[in-house]
Amino acid sequence: METVSFIVQNIDVIVELAVEHLSIVAVAVGLAVLTGVPIGIAITQNRQVADTVLYVAAMVMTIPSIALFGLMIPILSLVGQGIGYVPAVIAVLLYSQLPIIRNTYTAINNVDPALREAARGMGMRPLQRLWRVEIPLAVPVIMAGVRVAVVINIGVTAIAAYIGAGGLGTLISRGISQTDDRQLIAGALAVSLLAIIADYGLLALQKKLTPRGLQV
Amino acid sequence: MITLENVTKIFESPSGAITAVDHVSFEVPEGEICILLGPSGCGKTTTMKMVNRLIEKTGGKIFVDGKDIDDYDPVTLRRTMGYVIQQIGLFPNMTVEENIMVVPRLVGTPDAKARKRAAELLGMVALDPGIFLKRFPRELSGGQQQRVGVARALAADPPVLIMDEPFGAIDPINRETIQDEFLKMQANLKKTIMFVSHDIDEAVKMGDRIAIFREGRLEQYDRPDTVLAHPTNSFVREFVGGDRTLKRLRLVRVGDAMHPGAPYVFPEDRIGDAVARMHEYGHRSIVVLNREDMTPTGLIRLAEVEEARGSCGEHAMRLPGRVHVDADLRRAVSEMFTQDTTWLACVDSDGRFKGHITQRAITHLLGETYRHPNEGVVPDTRRQRGEAVLEPETGPIPGAPA
Repeated sequence: METVSFIVQNIDVIVELAVEHLSIVAVAVGLAVLTGVPIGIAITQNRQVADTVLYVAAMVMTIPSIALFGLMIPILSLVGQGIGYVPAVIAVLLYSQLPIIRNTYTAINNVDPALREAARGMGMRPLQRLWRVEIPLAVPVIMAGVRVAVVINIGVTAIAAYIGAGGLGTLISRGISQTDDRQLIAGALAVSLLAIIADYGLLALQKKLTPRGLQV
Repeated sequence: MITLENVTKIFESPSGAITAVDHVSFEVPEGEICILLGPSGCGKTTTMKMVNRLIEKTGGKIFVDGKDIDDYDPVTLRRTMGYVIQQIGLFPNMTVEENIMVVPRLVGTPDAKARKRAAELLGMVALDPGIFLKRFPRELSGGQQQRVGVARALAADPPVLIMDEPFGAIDPINRETIQDEFLKMQANLKKTIMFVSHDIDEAVKMGDRIAIFREGRLEQYDRPDTVLAHPTNSFVREFVGGDRTLKRLRLVRVGDAMHPGAPYVFPEDRIGDAVARMHEYGHRSIVVLNREDMTPTGLIRLAEVEEARGSCGEHAMRLPGRVHVDADLRRAVSEMFTQDTTWLACVDSDGRFKGHITQRAITHLLGETYRHPNEGVVPDTRRQRGEAVLEPETGPIPGAPA
């Protein structure tokens, strides 16, 4: 009951933090799409390179976020950005690479060889084949990767509050240090809710981006 | 015209070099369908793919309409050749219309013109443009998809078509229909076509010429009837099958083996006239025709009416069978076996009596090439339709005991 009244009284603060939280994830995942999709496409050309890239991306995934933030402080301090927004965005960007690269790679690799053969035989150049055939067919799987990245990183961003990046993690960290259950629960609830809403929103976007001919 | 000169393909593999195609030379004349036939791994598909440079040859030359294909950029070359594959390969993200418009768009055809062409082509492959243009490939059956595949290959009106087992994945009933429609289309379009198949029946049906491959070598290149009647070696003989002479039946139209101008009577005629006419022609039976539309309605046997009186109609018996003049001999022979008879009345599309065909005439026609192996080859019916009708040297005797 206390928690509910806390949420009601502080709804404007919570919404503000949620927007801040989401903007970190959105910017970082946006950048991750811009880097991860081309990387995923590029590595389809060479099996060995693909294995290496996916291995490295998977390794990044295993670094605990708190450790990653700690690692970045001395490095980014050199440009005066040791804590705050920039390291948070970089961490999310790194964590997003694996699902996005892997899904792009798998999707492009799984395009029916017959379609590639038909496209080549009809006289499409490699880039035309990519734009007109392979990418449109890969969109649903790439978007699934983006959704995974967003959901994971809404969680990661909550921890970025410890390096002063703001967001809903602020409520959680403050709740812990002040032993204030109301803030802690409100923050945790808001993070979960945000993840669910973001996932549904992206699902809708995924359906919109999927070519009509592929929709069942 | 497609000309291959000493075309060779050697693939490098970890276990050494493999010669997939070995000094193959032949020529596909303008407007003809050449079937590349052989067991899997014989080099037929590799040979075909070297023509549109999906596979680069190791040696030799290929000319299309006299021009060396090596002088072109491979992509430009491919846009001048229609390409149809067994897996069809329609792009699932595009509508039927967009699929057909792929090559016209690649070569910069104005959109409106390409759209018009797409509708026209769809009509040509027997799909209603009003229904199918805006559909997606997944909404079509396999047969419909391959029709679209053929339409797409024809979109930029290429002089040359490359087809890789185009009807291989379609069920037998639809395959026959699509093959027939394709041949009808080809009769107007006269494209130069290289067509890969592993099915001898398809090859005999579709091909103007057949190239038989084994282990990268061209074993025989001839008209279908020559391949069937005179296989050059034991491999070809075995490949075309022990029933190869029966397969030749497919190549001849009933009209070409039919005895025209056979005698007939009308039901109102006196039976004596029928007897007189049978004696005159030396036949043991005679066909009774309906006077209004000239359709055969029955049969009179000499043995049963020699002493009889009355009209022909009263003595007419059931006609054992009839066959369309445009049907092939296989159909005729099958009908003879079904009806347990040695001859059939031949009718046109309106059911009008045109003549009759006998087992003896068929045997005689097919045997011609063995008696005079250098000249007597059964005519290619698609080409010679409407020309001179081959007549058996002796008059047939309908109703003669088998």
